[in-house]
Amino acid sequence: MMKAFETFRGVVMPLDRANVDTDAIIPKQFLKSIQRTGFGPNLFDEWRYLDHGEPGQDCSNRPLNPDFVLNDPRYAKAEILLTRHNFGCGSSREHAPWALDGYGFRVLIAPSFADIFRQNTIKNGLLPIVLDEQTVDALFALAGGETALEIEVDLEAQQLRPSSGEPIAFEIDAFHRHCLLNGLDDIGLTLERADEIAAYEQRRQQQAPWLFAS
Amino acid sequence: MAAQSASPRTLFDKIWDDHIVRTDEHGTALLYIDRQLVHEVTSPQAFEGLRLAGRKPRRPEANLAVPDHNVPTSDRHLGIVDPISRLQVETLEANCREFGIQLFAMGDPRQGIVHVIGPEQGLTQPGMTVVCGDSHTSTHGAFGALAFGVGTSEVEHVLATQCLLQRKPKSMLVSVEGALGRGITAKDIVLAIIGEIGTAGGTGHVIEYAGEAISALSMEGRMTVCNMSIEAGARAGLIGIDEKTVDYLRGRPQSPTGDGFEQAADYWRSLNSDPGAEYDRVVRIDAASIRPQVTWGTSPEMVVPIDSEVPDPDAVADPVKAGSYRHALTYMGLEPLTPIAEIGIDKVFIGSCTNGRIEDLRAAAEVAKGRHIAASIKLAMVVPGSGLVKEQAEAEGLDQVFIDAGFEWRDPGCSMCLAMNADRLEPGERCASTSNRNFEGRQGQGGRTHLVSPAMAAAAAVAGRFVDVREF
Ligand code: SF4
Repeated sequence: MMKAFETFRGVVMPLDRANVDTDAIIPKQFLKSIQRTGFGPNLFDEWRYLDHGEPGQDCSNRPLNPDFVLNDPRYAKAEILLTRHNFGCGSSREHAPWALDGYGFRVLIAPSFADIFRQNTIKNGLLPIVLDEQTVDALFALAGGETALEIEVDLEAQQLRPSSGEPIAFEIDAFHRHCLLNGLDDIGLTLERADEIAAYEQRRQQQAPWLFAS
Repeated sequence: MAAQSASPRTLFDKIWDDHIVRTDEHGTALLYIDRQLVHEVTSPQAFEGLRLAGRKPRRPEANLAVPDHNVPTSDRHLGIVDPISRLQVETLEANCREFGIQLFAMGDPRQGIVHVIGPEQGLTQPGMTVVCGDSHTSTHGAFGALAFGVGTSEVEHVLATQCLLQRKPKSMLVSVEGALGRGITAKDIVLAIIGEIGTAGGTGHVIEYAGEAISALSMEGRMTVCNMSIEAGARAGLIGIDEKTVDYLRGRPQSPTGDGFEQAADYWRSLNSDPGAEYDRVVRIDAASIRPQVTWGTSPEMVVPIDSEVPDPDAVADPVKAGSYRHALTYMGLEPLTPIAEIGIDKVFIGSCTNGRIEDLRAAAEVAKGRHIAASIKLAMVVPGSGLVKEQAEAEGLDQVFIDAGFEWRDPGCSMCLAMNADRLEPGERCASTSNRNFEGRQGQGGRTHLVSPAMAAAAAVAGRFVDVREF
């Protein structure tokens, strides 16, 4: 069961890179876990730490990379990730949104996201927001200032309200918005359609019996 | 199979229409899924979800599971040494037992990379919807199946309901027209396409590949092309059905048999886009212009022909792009304008779901035959895509060709495509790889990956640097 998405105000962390892939979000060695949680400390592991991380390791004593934005004290409590186009490309690993969520991010803003990744974020109650390049550029300019930018995210009204500047409207698929606002369990919803699925299977079996042979 | 509609439809439209259980008020379809492939990395949390909710798979027989990402490619009799990897593989075995799902375990000769064994077993058939918790599920689109990667929550959704909630993606036609030049392979085609449209070029789309150069490819070459659709950002890749598709499927263990096969084949032959069908986007590529491709950076779109140079970021107008070029060159340890043919390599990897099939091994062996890897090469490994590919290669004597040339001949699995097992690059090592991703750290932290075709990889192993296989 996913948590319902409520309006909140959060700090924006600007990650000024395009094509950030899911291998970078959570490197492969952490995919060996059979759990759904515990990935937060290894989010962006290879960029964030100076040493090589292994699963099960205590990350609190590892040397931090001072040049990586996640380690910048201005963004210590960031809940909104601002980034460039095609974020989340590559592998379908749901460990990527699990790591972002585990770290504390709730909203991602970019000019575009990779398809599977975007789907995975929504399934985990994270909100991916697509804004045009110009608006993203403007937010980057604001977020890089001495005091961190804060944004109030209102999914109900489909609006971002930055601590400085004008409110920004955003688009989102109506079904995704509905699921996020209500924290819906997809599987439960689909199971309510079991009769329709069975009817489909029966119809299909007559047309294409080989699909049901084994 | 759906009612004939008057307007011409694409292959994608046909498969989509045939799988809609219902459409809700938001326009989201409940899409029926015919087959699901399962591997050890993206499934444990899905099975755990089922258990926690007290749910059962709706059609256990519609799933096939295999461990591939974590398995060792040498000394298999020792089992999996890394305890965390071992636990993941054992968890898959236990889940399959508990939920009644067929498993090709590590000792089974049919074990291999999930996207190699699906087609090999005849499990992937035209007109099906196929999913797997793995982005390279797009491979199966070579059979005119709508095949796409999903996340773990969706793996659980399919197990429990045999359906997925999906918005219909857009459609894109990539037509590769005319004939390929000598020595140019499916891998070069798909790298050239990605170079042209970019890694986000297909985002939100299902790509259908067509044109003479695609028709001329074998089923295996078609799988290589569809495999890397995800590197072009696409949801899936698709190729229409012809007699090569039907012939490939005849007699496979999970193909329909007897009259059932002919009945299925008649339906399969209807699975092509209608003349005049419209796509949201069309890209045309001249096959004759494609040269052997080598990636130079850390994204598959950072690719150039062998007879050119590493690009100069200063000549790139877009500042975001120039920035990522600089970043990539630093990571890759390359200077702008270095000729590709002057880049020396340390390791060679031939394998993966992109290029680990029998034809790929044949192409590499043809180059390696009677030659030897360069003294500067620390490791050159050949990892067959499945146990059956391995058997076939050994029956043809390819293993001996590789061994004589100084390559290591390994057991099947994902291996150094993503380095989750012991096969990996050390920091700074440079690799010619037939896999699909050159991301930072993909083949090992600090490792530098150059994506190429199997023949180009074998030639690079022999020369110790990249060479044009056409002049080799
Ligand atoms: S071979 Fe590589 S790309 Fe293919 S499934 Fe395995 S890890 Fe993924």
